[in-house]
Amino acid sequence: MSADTMATAGTTQELGQSSPFGSPGAPGGGSKGGLARFRESVGTTSLVRGVIGMVVFVVFWEVATRLDEWAGVSVPFLARLPPPSSVVEAFFDLLGTGGFWQSAYLSFARVMWGFGVAMAVGIPFGLLMAVSKTAKAICFPPFELLRPIPPLAWVPAAIIFWPTPELSITFVTFLGAFFTVVINTVGGAEQIDRRFLLAARSMGASKRTIFRKVLLPATLPSIATGAVVGMGITWQVVVAAEMISGGGQGGSTGAGGGLGFLIWNSYLGGAIPHVVVGMIGLGVAGYLSSTAVRILSVKLMPWRRAT
Amino acid sequence: MNQAQAKQARGGISIRNVSKIYDPEKTAVAAVLDCSIEIAPGELHVICGPSGCGKTTLLNAIAGFHSITSGEIYLDGELLCGPGKPQATPGADRVVVFQNGALFPWKTVLDNITYGPVIQGRMKKEEARDVARDKMVMAGLSGLENSYPGELSSGMARRVEIVRALVNDPAVLLLDEPFRGMDDLTKSIMHESLLEIYDQTQVTFFVITHDVEEAVFLGSKVSVMTTRPGRIKESITVDISRPRDYRVLTTDGFRGLMGEVVDAVHDEAQKAFEAGEREIA
Amino acid sequence: MLTGFALFFSIWLLAVDVFQFWRFRYMPGLAEVVEEWTARKPQYGISLFTSEYYSHIWVSTRRVLIAFTFALGLGVPLGLIMGWYVKFKEFTFPVFETLRPIPILAWVPLAILMFSSEEGPVIYLTFLSAFFATTLNALLGVQSIDRDLVRAAYCLGSSRADVFRHVVIPGAMPYVFIGLQIAMGVAWFSLVAGEMIAGRFGLGYLVNTAYTTARYPTIVIAMFTLGFIGWLTSALIRMVGNRLMQYRARVLSTG
Repeated sequence: MSADTMATAGTTQELGQSSPFGSPGAPGGGSKGGLARFRESVGTTSLVRGVIGMVVFVVFWEVATRLDEWAGVSVPFLARLPPPSSVVEAFFDLLGTGGFWQSAYLSFARVMWGFGVAMAVGIPFGLLMAVSKTAKAICFPPFELLRPIPPLAWVPAAIIFWPTPELSITFVTFLGAFFTVVINTVGGAEQIDRRFLLAARSMGASKRTIFRKVLLPATLPSIATGAVVGMGITWQVVVAAEMISGGGQGGSTGAGGGLGFLIWNSYLGGAIPHVVVGMIGLGVAGYLSSTAVRILSVKLMPWRRAT
Repeated sequence: MNQAQAKQARGGISIRNVSKIYDPEKTAVAAVLDCSIEIAPGELHVICGPSGCGKTTLLNAIAGFHSITSGEIYLDGELLCGPGKPQATPGADRVVVFQNGALFPWKTVLDNITYGPVIQGRMKKEEARDVARDKMVMAGLSGLENSYPGELSSGMARRVEIVRALVNDPAVLLLDEPFRGMDDLTKSIMHESLLEIYDQTQVTFFVITHDVEEAVFLGSKVSVMTTRPGRIKESITVDISRPRDYRVLTTDGFRGLMGEVVDAVHDEAQKAFEAGEREIA
Repeated sequence: MLTGFALFFSIWLLAVDVFQFWRFRYMPGLAEVVEEWTARKPQYGISLFTSEYYSHIWVSTRRVLIAFTFALGLGVPLGLIMGWYVKFKEFTFPVFETLRPIPILAWVPLAILMFSSEEGPVIYLTFLSAFFATTLNALLGVQSIDRDLVRAAYCLGSSRADVFRHVVIPGAMPYVFIGLQIAMGVAWFSLVAGEMIAGRFGLGYLVNTAYTTARYPTIVIAMFTLGFIGWLTSALIRMVGNRLMQYRARVLSTG
């Protein structure tokens, strides 16, 4: 990027972005393209700053963890953590082995199953409660009773109930996302502007049509939010469940059992840099899945392009 | 020049060849192009034009909320913004009354009104409260001191905002479509209310609206703005004497002036409609 | 509403005690649980009348309170500053967003390495999850403020610091409190997970131990206790929030 463009980006940003007023945006609908490009030119500086932030973080991490080696000074708390350089080594180590990818796949499959079932059961359940007052009166109280119970507290109950450990993990994962999806669905459906429903009715729509053409699309944004949040929760629960229940069908070699199990196993085996690689892998996987859900939901809601 | 006259001479705005162009290096979207307006101290000046024509941009430039690309704006001979200083500094000499209302929802009406003088250090809290109460009585708002903005009707909220602005003794009061979205009855009461307040103060009022009748009823002078990019198409002097009340609306003089403004604005409105211009709400 | 509860409990009763449906026969029955919970001398050691019950409750609650206080004390200011000072956000947000998606439990090994005490890792994990939620919501809170309010404050003569104090902080409060409620929820989530893996005493630990020592009714007691306390703490936050933001309650009810 040439020095000129950087400078322009810098000045434009001075007036537009770091000023707390923000700019009201270019007027008129026809200039959408211009506004988007205007925003892009501002983005480069923030990108550079972000990179600088990351670099500072990594450098600090390296120094803090190596200081006892180099200068004999032990940084409190941080001294025993693995330095980034060893993590990078472990990275290349692990990514070569099949074991890592197998674990990743296993965790991912569990997430997909749990999430999928949560959506498949949760959305209809939520919609039912939103549409039928009787259903809500009956189902909501026990739902709210069970909702505050942390999903992991269900693990022993799940293990007792379900015949295989795999099913119990999936069940707990399902629970984690289920409550979120339902709450968001119900909330979204109940917040629909009454006027949409009245307008449909005044145009002679049947109850079924109103449900399909008004209620459902209007609730989609909230369902999408529930899905994104639920996806995040799912990953949390899968990892936790894997660590607690010993990895399901994995052996003690760490070749199976999912990433949570891999992390725990690596820790037990003293391979701490591997732990960090696992953590990063999980972070990336979680981020990618949430983004995928978000992109998918945007595709399903083309009218939101304007916002 | 004695004190009173000096005070009277405050609030003269000179807008010279002002342009605001977004992203000048690449797409160059012009909001406002080469606008020049002279506003006398104490004048009630109205900018009238269709949606999205750039009127708010001009107001924001005077207030200091964003920069201008070229031209200069002077307040009483002092440079607000121009070459070398593209953005004015916001300050209590040019207070704004916002389109959608900007009362602090978490402060009571009294705290809202006293905010300016107290934060500037010009008055202690008790003194500010006394002044605020007096002004509220004059504006017909007594009794609302401990209410929150969320409890007020839009008409009352707007009046509170005007009082909040005027309590700072500004040189200029900038009103951005202040009565937009109100029903006609509330609006006409608000018009008379605003004129009452205007007649009592020496402050310059700079009002933005798209409502032609409102423009001519309120203004000493009406500047008609073209659709984007906004230019000043015409400046019409409203020589109807003050104080004005609703009976003015049916006089021939008023209707004639409205006719002039409508002629100037109508074409622009048509163009704006066809271009699909939207207000930046 | 009562029908709902009645239905739920009767299904439980029927499925486990009466009909012994499929896998349900292995579950602790409703009668069993209630009996155990209300017994003066409970068979498995935990009931409303045992002090051990309350010490577990206290241990867990104390951990959550400590972690939550740290999360609040660090997260709210950080989020507010990140929201208001855009430059600062540009430097720090990417690092923040990179660390946030890492599941909290994945930190367990590092937490054990970092803290040599027993309580440390569990409190750290609980803190971390609450911290992310708090910071993010404070940040969103600042971004949600109507910019006209900021502009109004400036044209009334405020300095940057004034605007931060009088507009940004009160303006972000609704979101901050939503964040705190969420943070409390995830705090309990992480606490239970942490206790199950690396803790001694506490309700999560109790759930785990009860399972490994085949004290099934105790599992259910611990579960519902967790649910109740989790709900209670969130409700408390909501109440405090409503108190602090009275202006929201008093909105004109027309339209």
